Amino acid sequence: MLRLNGLWKLTWIELKVFLREPLGAIGTIVIPVLVYLGAGRAVGRRLSPNSLVNSSFMRSGLPVLASIVIAFSAVLSLITIISIYREGGILKRLRATPLRPQTILTAHVIVKLMLTAATLTLMVLLGKRYYPVDVHVPLFSFTIALLISTLSIVAIGFLIASIVPTARFAQPIGAVLLYPMIAVSGLFVPLESLPPLLRGIARVLPLTYAVPLLQGIWNGDAWSAHLADVVALTAAFVFYTALSAKVFRWE
Amino acid sequence: MRPVIQVLKIRKSYGRTVAVDEVSFEVHEGEIFGLIGPNGAGKTTTMECIEGLRRPDQGTIAVLDLDPMRDVYKLQNRIGVQLQQAQLQKRIKVWEAVDLWASLYQQKGIDGEHLLAQLGLSDKRHAWFMNLSGGQKQRLFIALALINDPEVVFLDELTTGLDPQSRRAIWELVRGIRDRGKTVFLTTHLMEEAERLCDRVAIIEHGRIIDIDTPESLVNRHCPERTVVLDTENPFAEERFRMIPGVGAVARCGSQFTISGRDDDLVTEIIHCLSENQIRVTDFRTILPNLEDVFIKLTGHTIRE
Repeated sequence: MLRLNGLWKLTWIELKVFLREPLGAIGTIVIPVLVYLGAGRAVGRRLSPNSLVNSSFMRSGLPVLASIVIAFSAVLSLITIISIYREGGILKRLRATPLRPQTILTAHVIVKLMLTAATLTLMVLLGKRYYPVDVHVPLFSFTIALLISTLSIVAIGFLIASIVPTARFAQPIGAVLLYPMIAVSGLFVPLESLPPLLRGIARVLPLTYAVPLLQGIWNGDAWSAHLADVVALTAAFVFYTALSAKVFRWE
Repeated sequence: MRPVIQVLKIRKSYGRTVAVDEVSFEVHEGEIFGLIGPNGAGKTTTMECIEGLRRPDQGTIAVLDLDPMRDVYKLQNRIGVQLQQAQLQKRIKVWEAVDLWASLYQQKGIDGEHLLAQLGLSDKRHAWFMNLSGGQKQRLFIALALINDPEVVFLDELTTGLDPQSRRAIWELVRGIRDRGKTVFLTTHLMEEAERLCDRVAIIEHGRIIDIDTPESLVNRHCPERTVVLDTENPFAEERFRMIPGVGAVARCGSQFTISGRDDDLVTEIIHCLSENQIRVTDFRTILPNLEDVFIKLTGHTIRE
């Protein structure tokens, strides 16, 4: 009970603190939504209903790519915040209270998930005009799938947050480590056509399982068809969380 | 009575550097105990081991009969901590920080508003942390260290970087903490602070404790020399001064005499001699050694070197 009280207070304060930052809300929510709508306007006019829109990439690839990029930016911002907090001694100060370390990190993850959810909800609601999304897309299931995927990316984020030396390097190092994962995730190039080394790397990255899960759920697959992906993502989450708990530095 | 803090032969190294070497001491209930020494002497490392933030390589520590490593969460409920160079979220408001901290502890602590008023932060309660002055930040950290009404309060380099006025105000606060029956453990490299504030001090250098006692006893033990400086035109003065029992040296510079000796009664004897011989003086002052002198005596250098 007490710990939940601390978690709730900390989450609420972290959310307020983030939104007070200049560009805090604008950068995370407004700009992605505007870009999305702008692209919709520009592309939407030129597309006839049965051209590109119906290509498989537009049907499920693009929404999946967009979701992953948004999840990545949330994780990158998480890495940056953690390294700033570490550098400033804020993490250490919080740790010198009865707060459990995992409570501190959970509060940050919840804040990022809330902001990501807000961004995606706005995109879906405001973008309806430009992106004639198939009404049969199971948005609720997709949200759950995205949540599972994001959590496993967050776990890698913590691992990266453990190794970045200073806050200045957090964003670039994070980006350099995260974005190439998209290339070997199977989203653009099928896994089978990758060289063996890359295929090996891809196999231990959560994105490789997140992509088929997200695409499948978007296209209306049943959860039972993606049980293996969910298991792999959960395993990745557990593995990377345990690993980062081992190497995480508080100061 | 069991000591509140008991440190026995702790040792901590970082790589090949030994930060704390066989350090042992005890802190009693209701006292202000100071760990003093230059930067890098091992003060903060020692303190953070006691707070449960670092694990000593060897030795044992008990705080309120708890093991700071094994019972860290139990301990953190009962102690208050102010860390050196700590920061908070830039845009957290003063009242939010106090409210958050209050929610982290099991017991109901002190009323936050009352605490802010006591620390002179009431009119800053809606200010962001980043907009506070150094002294205000430090007072907020003291508030956070006191919010759970702790039994032991740890203060690390409390007044470093503050102007003399804020420094004095904070000393008053710390005395107030002790007067309410709490135990205070602090580190400082300011000798004046240690001398004015601490009931007992431990001098630490290169990770080793050199001596522990009340500031007064340390001075008496290591620098028993008393010095009197006086001005007189009396031509027979020098001769008389040399005859005073306990006088070690008499130095003269024009009409100014500097008389020193090891005897506690030196000043009394000099006054006695002045009145007996009717020597008129135009100036008279005593120079007493202080902790700074003790430190130089014990280490061979000043604390800033």
